[in-house]
Amino acid sequence: MKTLIPFFAVVILIVLALAGVNMANMQFLFGVAIPYAALATFILGVIYRVVKWGRSPVPFCIPTTCGQQKSLPWIKQDKIENPSSTGWVIVRMALEVLLFRSLFRNIKTELRDGPKLAYGSDKWLWLAGLAFHWSFLIILVRHFRFFSLGVPFPIRMIEGLDSFLQIGVPLFYMTDAVILAAVTYLFIRRMTIPTVKYISLPADYFPLFLILAIAASGVIMRYFAKVDIVSVKQLTMGLVSFSPVIPKGIGSIFYVHLFLISILFAYFPFSKLVHMAGVFMSPTRNMANDSRMVRHINPWNYPVHVHTYEEYENDFRAKMKAAGLPVEKE
Amino acid sequence: MAKFSAKPDELAKIRYAPPETEWMETPVEFREHMFCHAAKPKDLETVEFPNAHEWSSKDEDWKLPANWEQTILQGMKDLLGKYRSFQLFMDICVRCGACADKCHFFIGSGDPKNMPVLRAELLRSVYRGNFTLAGKILRKLAGARELTVSVLKEWWYYFYQCTECRRCSVFCPYGIDTAEITMMGRELTNMIGLQLGWIGGPVANCYMKGNHLGLEPHTIKSSIEFFLDDIESITGIKIEPTFNRKGAEILFVTPSGDLFANPGTYTAMGYLMLFHELGLDYTWSTYASEGGNFGFFTSNEMAKRLNSKIYAEAKRLGVKWVLGGECGHMWRVINQYMDTWNGPADFMEVPKSPITGTVFDNAKSTKMVHIAEFTADLIKHNKLKLDPRRNDHLKVTFHDSCNTSRGMGLLEEPRYVIKSVCSHFYEMPENTIREKTFCCGSGTGLNASENMELRMRGGFPRANAVKYVHERHGVNMLANVCAIDRATLSASMDYWVPGVGVAGVHELVGNALIMKGEKERTQDLRLEPLPGKEGSE
Ligand code: SF4
Ligand code: SF4
Repeated sequence: MKTLIPFFAVVILIVLALAGVNMANMQFLFGVAIPYAALATFILGVIYRVVKWGRSPVPFCIPTTCGQQKSLPWIKQDKIENPSSTGWVIVRMALEVLLFRSLFRNIKTELRDGPKLAYGSDKWLWLAGLAFHWSFLIILVRHFRFFSLGVPFPIRMIEGLDSFLQIGVPLFYMTDAVILAAVTYLFIRRMTIPTVKYISLPADYFPLFLILAIAASGVIMRYFAKVDIVSVKQLTMGLVSFSPVIPKGIGSIFYVHLFLISILFAYFPFSKLVHMAGVFMSPTRNMANDSRMVRHINPWNYPVHVHTYEEYENDFRAKMKAAGLPVEKE
Repeated sequence: MAKFSAKPDELAKIRYAPPETEWMETPVEFREHMFCHAAKPKDLETVEFPNAHEWSSKDEDWKLPANWEQTILQGMKDLLGKYRSFQLFMDICVRCGACADKCHFFIGSGDPKNMPVLRAELLRSVYRGNFTLAGKILRKLAGARELTVSVLKEWWYYFYQCTECRRCSVFCPYGIDTAEITMMGRELTNMIGLQLGWIGGPVANCYMKGNHLGLEPHTIKSSIEFFLDDIESITGIKIEPTFNRKGAEILFVTPSGDLFANPGTYTAMGYLMLFHELGLDYTWSTYASEGGNFGFFTSNEMAKRLNSKIYAEAKRLGVKWVLGGECGHMWRVINQYMDTWNGPADFMEVPKSPITGTVFDNAKSTKMVHIAEFTADLIKHNKLKLDPRRNDHLKVTFHDSCNTSRGMGLLEEPRYVIKSVCSHFYEMPENTIREKTFCCGSGTGLNASENMELRMRGGFPRANAVKYVHERHGVNMLANVCAIDRATLSASMDYWVPGVGVAGVHELVGNALIMKGEKERTQDLRLEPLPGKEGSE
């Protein structure tokens, strides 16, 4: 059930797009209205989420320290894993966001006879995660060729790198294969590792199927059932210039691709996918471990009822005097 | 209740395969020796905790206050608004499972709800059901569920099977700290009067008497005097510490556990000897006689109330700065919370070692220095005469406490001290130390006796790493900088790795310290013969 429902949800989405375009001629809806709405939902949704997170304060300085603190001058501080200044926090965050530093630490725990616990390096999740996210980003950037007049140099450069194998016509992009492989791996992993399968929700499979379908439809369009690129660019340019047009004769697979992307964008802010924005705000990673050097302020810090020394001495004065302990009041 | 009697071999047969039924459809089962007794209402009333009532987790009916659901949901809403960590961690987990096998309770029990991610999902599912659009519409499809009595029982069982050690947080790609979620979960149970006896009692004691053990002022003095007699018989030196003395330069605060039971008491002896040898102008306090903070395991407010005594006492006595003893969660609190709660401590000065002149700039705002920092600095400046041979009967390894490693980063200081006072030091395997260290299994108030199976399971990964160095290098002493470790690792060693003792770092310092005018030592701080001096008494 956990996989079937999200799987069929994606199938239904595909059928919807095909039916809408082929049978009901709703090209405008699928090519213009929905993409606009999805983009707006994405932007407003992400802003809403970030603002919501931002509205909750960070009352305490709670970095998770993963290395030696700054203390005595002759003890080498691990400035990256236990930063005490903003500059090094930025380095830590950069490693986290760009290279998935924490995931790179991953180890597998195994219980062997003895009993003996063994910890083996386990970098597959890191590798697949990195491959997936980076290829997604590169593919996204490549797509900017559809949204700009001409093709800007940086994009051509990325395209050139991505297709440097120089195979096939049109040239084969490595990231297309990488993303399909990585998403497939992430799916298989979720299905086959018993503990991961156990914690998975339909909401974990849905984005996998969705992205797989998006990548697959893109690949089909580029390498197999080719669509009329000139018309596609006409449509996309119309979208960015806010004067939408629906050119004739774009294959329906293009609308499927675009519709699924729209769904992904609209779904993004309301799902776990917001981790993309959230990772930047994680207090255990983006704070300096400097709370003994600089007082961290909690905006809702309030006075509390305490048991004062005076009350304490009142409770124990006789015993304290008998034991020769100094007292404030005789 | 039958005494916990499972043999280590049986306990180590752990099944990691999750059950057939989905976790939401698998109701919690309270297993003997895996949970703690409920708190006494009078203890909760002492500190004005709400909804104190008589109940037992073994009963079907927990006598929950009317409207308990609203109390919890409103409480969640408040906490979400107060803590970005909580709000964010509820939203961004992708259930990648990287944290799953990192928790000592999961490794030791195989219970899937002890995977950090699932522990968090216990609360997150209720969050989704009540506070998110997707959860309200899609319900179970979005992983949402209602708050029911059985969900509450599940929270109770599993939030008190987490020692807030933060190991999961090290491995999470977004730094999601399940400890933070457990803290919120515990704060919620506290709102409806559900608390552990082993936490409620110490909190009430600490509030009224200044320390978890409830030692009254004269008892603190007499406990310490008892150590002084032992020190005198070992070294021939009579030490006269002061208590509650105004005008001292330094206030010394350490967990009360070290005044009470072995082997913590030996650590306390080490402090006394060190300070005497240095001629340190310092005082103990009977009012701020607790470094630890069990309030931290109940609610943020309670933790602040207990912690307030340290600065209040420093101010009353007019000290220049505060020196803190060996303790784990105490130092998470001091490093990450104290100044924010009860500062600014601007009535004190930036700590400066009167012996070496070193200024502790890293503590310039909090004004509180860790004793391992203090001692490491002394040794580096050659201010101590040490004879490490007096520890030659010990093959030592070091257990990093969760909190000092992952909530502070105190890694090299204690190692430097140990290596200076011991000749035989061996590290445990890399994946079990420093930031990846394993919890003793009994932190956050779980060091009771009725939950012994839980403690032994949770302590298994740590003990297993000790066993490795025990078998390989003959390690027979597990050094640490934490009072809870000293109290609990002994039990875990006896169970999993018999033959390994537990010692605070300053016990080892006390052994090695050559004091002016001391007689020839024949015994260590445990009154056991020193190597080569057997039979000389
Ligand atoms: S590692 Fe982090 S994101 Fe992954 S399952 Fe655990 S808490 Fe969630
Ligand atoms: S904080 Fe520690 S005990 Fe709690 S879930 Fe994480 S690893 Fe387990």
